[in-house]
Amino acid sequence: MPLTDPLRDDILAAVPSLRAFAISLSGNGDRADDLVQETLLRALANIDSFQPGSNLPAWLFTILRNLFRSDYRKRRREVEDADGNYAKTLKTQPAQGGHLEFEEFRAALDKLPQDQREALILVGASGFSYEDAAAICGCAVGTIKSRVNRARTKLSALLYVDGAEDFGPDQTVRAVIGGGG
Amino acid sequence: MKDIKPQAKGGLNGEIQARIGHQLRAMYDDVVRQGVPDRFVELIRKLDVPPNSPTEEEPGTGNPAISQDGRV
Repeated sequence: MPLTDPLRDDILAAVPSLRAFAISLSGNGDRADDLVQETLLRALANIDSFQPGSNLPAWLFTILRNLFRSDYRKRRREVEDADGNYAKTLKTQPAQGGHLEFEEFRAALDKLPQDQREALILVGASGFSYEDAAAICGCAVGTIKSRVNRARTKLSALLYVDGAEDFGPDQTVRAVIGGGG
Repeated sequence: MKDIKPQAKGGLNGEIQARIGHQLRAMYDDVVRQGVPDRFVELIRKLDVPPNSPTEEEPGTGNPAISQDGRV
């Protein structure tokens, strides 16, 4: 099918999420944008294989994910964002939690195995269903569920290994989450 | 149904899980809010005229969409 205007608009509308996914995966803003660009080129070149009416974001995420795994993953280990490139892309860090806390979270996320990290991001941040995430990652729904669970457990251990007392400075969030119970 | 039950071990675990979810989304949404960078708008716009579509090879057929590109 040709690249119709609505389809083009839909692809553009997916770009912000694609970038967020790419940055979450790669931890590097510049590389993430290259990854998004390659994803778009790949998608447009293969637009014929997209089924009209099916889930366009999921299709684009699948392309990006496969590109990342085939190529970017190798390169990633070479330079681990030594220049703080990632932080640079974040213009509006929530002031409350503080930058240190954010960096810690980012570092913990990077320590997760690739399978677990992508599953957690797709379900926990991108908002895909377990079914869509399974389709994107080419695995069973149960596998995605278990990866997400393991990712959460590991993040807990990495970030809050010493238990509840040392919960960081962000009492506000804690109070909100506590919900006045 | 033995689904995910972060709270199963007590409120603390649930609280931590909620916090992790919050941080994950904060990180992600921060990028989403940056919108679509110009480079991607440009990219899609350029590719809007597929390079393999010239059915007529004569130059100067008066298609402004193509000549605008600097392709003669």
